[in-house]
Amino acid sequence: MEEDIDTRKINNSFLRDHSYATEADIISTVEFNHTGELLATGDKGGRVVIFQREQESKNQPHRRGEYNVYSTFQSHEPEFDYLKSLEIEEKINKIRWLPQQNAAYFLLSTNDKTVKLWKVSERDKRPEGYNLKDEDGRLRDPSMITMLRVPVLRPMDLMVEATPRRVFANAHTYHINSISVNSDYETYMSADDLRINLWNFEITNQSFNIVDIKPANMEELTEVITAAEFHPHHCNTFVYSSSKGTIRLCDMRASALCDRHSKFFEEPEDPSNRSFFSEIISSISDVKFSHSGRYIMTRDYLTVKVWDLNMENRPIETYQVHDYLRSKLCSLYENDCIFDKFECVWNGSDSVIMTGSYNNFFRMFDRNTKRDVTLEASRENSKPRAILKPRKVCVGGKRRKDEISVDSLDFSKKILHTAWHPSENIIAVAATNNLYIFQDKVN
Amino acid sequence: MGEEEGLHQTQLLDTMFVRGLKRKCFDGEEDIEGTLAGFKAIPSYNLQRQSLLDMSLVKLQLCHMLVEPNLCRSVLIANTVRQIQEEMTQDGTWQMINTQSAGQTSLDRLVSTDILCRSSKEQAEGKLVPVYSTFTKDCEGTQSQDNSEIMSTVTSPQAPRNLQSNMWEMENPQENRGNFQKSLDQIFETLENKSPNTVEDLFSEVDNSYYDLDTVLTGMMSNTKMGHCDVLETFPSQTTANSNSNCKSDLNELDHIVEILVES
Repeated sequence: MEEDIDTRKINNSFLRDHSYATEADIISTVEFNHTGELLATGDKGGRVVIFQREQESKNQPHRRGEYNVYSTFQSHEPEFDYLKSLEIEEKINKIRWLPQQNAAYFLLSTNDKTVKLWKVSERDKRPEGYNLKDEDGRLRDPSMITMLRVPVLRPMDLMVEATPRRVFANAHTYHINSISVNSDYETYMSADDLRINLWNFEITNQSFNIVDIKPANMEELTEVITAAEFHPHHCNTFVYSSSKGTIRLCDMRASALCDRHSKFFEEPEDPSNRSFFSEIISSISDVKFSHSGRYIMTRDYLTVKVWDLNMENRPIETYQVHDYLRSKLCSLYENDCIFDKFECVWNGSDSVIMTGSYNNFFRMFDRNTKRDVTLEASRENSKPRAILKPRKVCVGGKRRKDEISVDSLDFSKKILHTAWHPSENIIAVAATNNLYIFQDKVN
Repeated sequence: MGEEEGLHQTQLLDTMFVRGLKRKCFDGEEDIEGTLAGFKAIPSYNLQRQSLLDMSLVKLQLCHMLVEPNLCRSVLIANTVRQIQEEMTQDGTWQMINTQSAGQTSLDRLVSTDILCRSSKEQAEGKLVPVYSTFTKDCEGTQSQDNSEIMSTVTSPQAPRNLQSNMWEMENPQENRGNFQKSLDQIFETLENKSPNTVEDLFSEVDNSYYDLDTVLTGMMSNTKMGHCDVLETFPSQTTANSNSNCKSDLNELDHIVEILVES
């Protein structure tokens, strides 16, 4: 696939001058909607930016649907918890789209504590010819009104407005790390470090707690929830991953509180690789169901694993993302990079998986051919419409010309968030405060 | 300078830790990569482990004062500390320290093993006013450090409370405080056990500013010069005069005292 990649970049820089990276512009989540027409990003400043794909025009066949800014809005504001004297960050942790049911688009966005349902709708007509007020909105003098008229709708410039329709607050003591829309489209779940809550979209003052792993004595806390997701087709099934590298699959039909799992996925530890960092690097940072619902993919610090739901004792596939970091774990522990939470994504057909790494590298693994590629998302190394060149990290010995050595990697340039179009080979890659969109060069 | 040395130290530790083997003693003829050349001697496994423990404790202490710390990260670091602690207990290298003299009350012993650092002058005067130095420093991006960190002193008993509340969610601070204080004490007491020579070997080429931030380390090290922490003098006579008594039986008493002290 690497030969076919066409690069096209959109820099998320419309809000600020992008020559210096301001913290608030750091992209914290990226998500395509169910048709791929829209792409949403959330950032550390609590903003959501939605891009829309242009309609393909027959006049310009080579411009195959670029993504342009469609809507921007402030989703979350910083808050202050007076009880604990702590700030609540406005950073958007996750965005999830709802399937489209009418002309408007709906998405969920969440920060550490509050989930919001946003409605994004277009307005391209406005009524004109009111009787009681003139075009500026000022009231007309009643004595001047001599006849009645019916207001008519006239076209106007397209306006996209985002309104918060629901605010789901005060249900999480700990930091929300995941939200997932259920396949029934009526409920969704939100997961924090120790609990998972089930919500109905219509009800904001109540939620059901379905998982609670908080120990009675916090002293005994050794494991937290790191990610959770609903099964794509079975509305009673969901999975959640933990900091100990385990995944639990739960069935909500079994009981109201799903503290007992239906399935427990864990790979036995490799004794030859054991070190003080074993547990930390086994902590799962992301879990995603395949589109088929048959597999789950998990990301831990050094690998991506694919699990078959029918086999709990080990994954069916393991891919090394950046194994050359295994010898650097102590340094990465010192500078906290070992706690970075990388996400992972499936392509539309579940044949390729993608995840990010350091130095603005991201990796793709073809599950069928077992080929993998490392690509880089950076302005210096790619021009628009240029084909992305595969990168290689040299692990020792002689470094070839185009290779980069492990010690030269920039660990501040990390790609944590990526997204794949649901049906086409279009990917969105967030590199700190820049968004890159790459497309396949077909026809 | 100091930062590069600090980096070399962790690179060295990387080489050590990657093997995953225990009790391997590396001598000077061990093959070292070019970047690590210039080191006089490779620290033994125990020192490497100690260094990791110290680093972990620093991480646990340095918390974002404004925003709630990441619970997952805290749990993982605490588990690492616990893992090291367990291994050291099995080794027999985990030793509890006693107080200056056997005749003193348990309360004094508690204070002396407290994580709060005290100046030796105050100690000599017999004051029971621990001084707690806390650093408001961003724990991310620790590589580029300015030596003039912000230091503020807070008197106990606020300090242990703050430490714990920054670690875990404070749903029930009262009940958590005592237990956590106890385990922290256990952890920190082990740091008092280092002889001056090994300490100097360990820290001589390490970025001083990094360890300056660690109130526990500087409080525990004897004969180690830490330029920025004059107030955090060590207990010079304490470690040498200590006898290695059986600590386990003392723990229960210690728990009890901790709870009293912390809740006062």
